[in-house]
Amino acid sequence: MCLGIPGELVADAPEHPDLAVVEVGGVRRRINVGLLADEELRIGDWVLVHVGFALSKISQEEARAVLGYLEGLGRDYDDELDALRASDIT
Amino acid sequence: MRFVDEYRDAGKARVLAADIAARCEPGRRYTFMEVCGGHTHTIYKHGLEDHLPEQVALVHGPGCPVCVIPMGRVDDAMHIAAQPDVIMTSFGDMMRVPGGKGSFLDAKAAGADIRMVYSPLDALKIAKLNPGRRVVFMAIGFETTAPSTAMTVLRAAAEGVENFSVFCNHVLIIPAIKAILDSPDLRLDGFIGPGHVSAVIGCRPYEFIAREYGKPLVVAGFEPLDVLQSVHMLLGQLGEGRAEVGNQYGRVVPWEGNRTAMEVIGKVMRLRPYFEWRGLGFIAQSALSVADEYAAFDAERVFDLPGLRVADPKACQCGEVLKGVLKPWECKVFGTACTPETPIGTCMVSSEGACAAYYTFGRFSRERVREATRA
Ligand code: SF4
Repeated sequence: MCLGIPGELVADAPEHPDLAVVEVGGVRRRINVGLLADEELRIGDWVLVHVGFALSKISQEEARAVLGYLEGLGRDYDDELDALRASDIT
Repeated sequence: MRFVDEYRDAGKARVLAADIAARCEPGRRYTFMEVCGGHTHTIYKHGLEDHLPEQVALVHGPGCPVCVIPMGRVDDAMHIAAQPDVIMTSFGDMMRVPGGKGSFLDAKAAGADIRMVYSPLDALKIAKLNPGRRVVFMAIGFETTAPSTAMTVLRAAAEGVENFSVFCNHVLIIPAIKAILDSPDLRLDGFIGPGHVSAVIGCRPYEFIAREYGKPLVVAGFEPLDVLQSVHMLLGQLGEGRAEVGNQYGRVVPWEGNRTAMEVIGKVMRLRPYFEWRGLGFIAQSALSVADEYAAFDAERVFDLPGLRVADPKACQCGEVLKGVLKPWECKVFGTACTPETPIGTCMVSSEGACAAYYTFGRFSRERVREATRA
């Protein structure tokens, strides 16, 4: 649960102003970006996603590095992705 | 992916390791605590101790949120889950955590409606979809997860979701570090600071460690090279007689942290006068509860809780492991009675727990080799 997963913002979410759609490892899910209200987030930005919330904005290079690292974790990352896949925040 | 290589490159690790060795004063021993379970995982997984000179020892700290939940709180959660119409929800990591009467998984097998969620917002959605049921989210975690729980409570309040409440078990990293610093068991030379917690709280709250205890702390990322670099930075400070807060993870952690997240926590949660940590006992002002303004969403007030203290099993030595006094394999039940499948203690449950990380990757550890050759 402590893994932060990098996600790319790919769309706004009409359901709620705090929500946005991110893509993580081929999975598209809605997450909450309300904790980054001070940042001017744009489509194409990368954020570190933690339990369904964007916790910090990161560069694309950092996102790639973290993804490479997570993929190396194996099962823990798979479990986290499965959990994310089952998530349906609105 | 060049950038990835940059953080994991074996050649770079060797150069860094040589620099680390050069920074060690002859005859001096250094003990650094990695506070966060994510670092423990990286250290064991990549056998980082093998890259460090013998003079440098890493010990793990209390920064695994699942590991510090005391038995009594698990039992309280089970008590809630057993009430009529309740759906209990929590993160996957929580499912195997043993209480005095078994784990969530055991209760689920016995018929309780306990569901694993990815996010507290998923728990809130379950509440909206099941208006006839009472949905409780068992919230665990340090400052990294507390803002998410707080945001979810705000959302529940705004939308008037009356059948939703939070069983709040959020703990704070600073009082835990202070408890370790004040404990006579351990002599530390510095800290590898937690990465994601610091993304929320920033670097300033650690300044007292440098100022009042004269120990350096470096906030670090989770790549193997991040951890080595932070050790390098700690040794650099010690070599120059400095003790400061350093930030090796500036690419994710702003010095000031995340102001919005801290404000949300401040709005929805209050400091508890004290809270019990597994193995560490009661620590003053070390955890959060739901603020009076949001009492309707506080499971501790919605339900009557037994609130009993339950002693840890006799065989369990998680307390010593959480304080870094004992290495996982030194616990008598490690790997025999206590395994990730059938954990006796909490440190064996989450992959961030020292015992679970060591159980999975420990064969790389030099200390294990040393133990084996001694035996
Ligand atoms: S082996 Fe099990 S009981 Fe012993 S310290 Fe680790 S988790 Fe606790």
